[in-house]
Amino acid sequence: MTSATTTSVSLDVRDVHLAFGPNRVLRGVDLSVPRGATACVIGPSGSGKSTLLRTINRLIEPDRGDVLLDGRSVLGDDPDALRQRVGMVFQQFNLFPHMSVLRNVTLALRRLRKLDADEAETVARAQLELVGLAGKANSRPAQLSGGQQQRVAIARALALRPEVMLFDEATSALDPELVKGVLGVMADLSAAGMTMVVVTHEMGFARQVADTVAFMDRGVVLEAGPPEAIFERAEHPRLRRFLDQVL
Amino acid sequence: MDPLSTLWETFFDWDAMREALPEMLTVGLPNTLILAVSAALLGSVLGLLLAVAGISRSRWLRWPARVYTDVFRGLPAAATILLIGVGLAPLGMQVWGPDPYPLGILALSLIAAAYIGEIFRSGIQSVEAAQLEGARALGFSWADAMRLVIIPQGIRRVLPAWVNQLIALIKDSSLVYFLGLVASQRELFRIGQDYAATTGNESALLLAGLCYLALTVPLTHVVNWIDRRLRNGRPATASTEEDDDDTASYAATEGDRR
Ligand SMILES: Nc1ncnc2c1ncn2[C@@H]1O[C@H](COP(=O)(O)OP(=O)(O)O)[C@@H](O)[C@H]1O
Ligand SMILES: [Mg+2]
Repeated sequence: MTSATTTSVSLDVRDVHLAFGPNRVLRGVDLSVPRGATACVIGPSGSGKSTLLRTINRLIEPDRGDVLLDGRSVLGDDPDALRQRVGMVFQQFNLFPHMSVLRNVTLALRRLRKLDADEAETVARAQLELVGLAGKANSRPAQLSGGQQQRVAIARALALRPEVMLFDEATSALDPELVKGVLGVMADLSAAGMTMVVVTHEMGFARQVADTVAFMDRGVVLEAGPPEAIFERAEHPRLRRFLDQVL
Repeated sequence: MDPLSTLWETFFDWDAMREALPEMLTVGLPNTLILAVSAALLGSVLGLLLAVAGISRSRWLRWPARVYTDVFRGLPAAATILLIGVGLAPLGMQVWGPDPYPLGILALSLIAAAYIGEIFRSGIQSVEAAQLEGARALGFSWADAMRLVIIPQGIRRVLPAWVNQLIALIKDSSLVYFLGLVASQRELFRIGQDYAATTGNESALLLAGLCYLALTVPLTHVVNWIDRRLRNGRPATASTEEDDDDTASYAATEGDRR
């Protein structure tokens, strides 16, 4: 998977604020992910984790604050161009059900990267191979297990050679026996040097793979640090209470 | 003669039917199909525009689409056909001459567009927001995401309703006889009517009715068949990856299995 990683860049989120009407969902979020590092974001439901990921690739525009890739603000960029640099994987996969697996992966390569049909197919098949699904290229998403679908979604994002990858509870919708395969792909990607932000409830994954773990609560990062510090020496009472509940 | 056999003669005069049949098949049927199919195509193009305008964020698109839909769905088809066929006749005269046939197609198309627009809109709106988000996250613009991902899925979901609209068009095409077509342009109903008028016998009209049923009844079964396939999904054919264009070419396949 090394080829996917050669261009990864650092990510900085600075004092990001966002409100949905009166609901102040992000209230000054800071997060720094050095080039090639993996940050896991944990925290209770409703604390703003998904919203944070969506402000990073500007599916939602932050009200205030800044997002930097490689030290440069991306808020003035063309959002469509930015999203080609930032891959995102969703809890519900969001594959296109009316297209084959292969076409799910080639669509953006052809339309956005302007590869011709053969080039796109070569890239897509190689990427599917890396997630262990070379044999499923002609299937429809609905014919695959949830775990396979999520790996297709990862392949689809990686095929565009993103510089940063965002994962929003990528394994939460999966049956327990399928979780491992997907986490394995994500761990490989992390080891290969992709810059990643991973929102997850898989504390084992966070402990083993993350360089940084950030605990979000009510729209702020309450505590962040290396996994040992977060899991063994949590300072904030709310973090300790959260860990007591999930571990 | 007893009343029953008179009744029988009125509707089931085989000779009268046999006499009308050739013209029914060589003139009436093609004209009915031309009117219905071209109105379905033009109506679908206009309907898609109306559907997209109807879900637009701009009220300057939403509003006109709404008004158009309300007006053309609210008027009786016969009134619309007459209004357009007569009202636009001077304009048609300048463009293609005195022939009312194109105006008939136009009127049918404009009516169909209002219904098809609503059908498409409901289909497009039924596609989960996550699909749009998935496409946008890959870097597709809103327009490309709609065109490549959302609209094809939305339209697939409402294909049964679309075919129902085609059935309605086949029936409504009988109304263009108002506009005064020349002999070679007459559709099924008009030919039946003409024979009935000259013979004083309704059998040719009944024959026209049978022709309509021969078109519409199979289509209702197509509706049911598509409906079933949409519901159950179907195994993907080992799809020959379409060399080029993505969207329209795949038949309905997504099931709601997950
Ligand atoms: N599109 C939206 N419109 C309005 N409110 C939203 C929207 N998305 C999320 N929210 C609200 O923002 C808050 C945080 O949601 P989210 O970021 O999904 O939290 P998490 O991912 O940590 O569970 C919740 O109160 C949720 O209701
Ligand atoms: Mg969430």
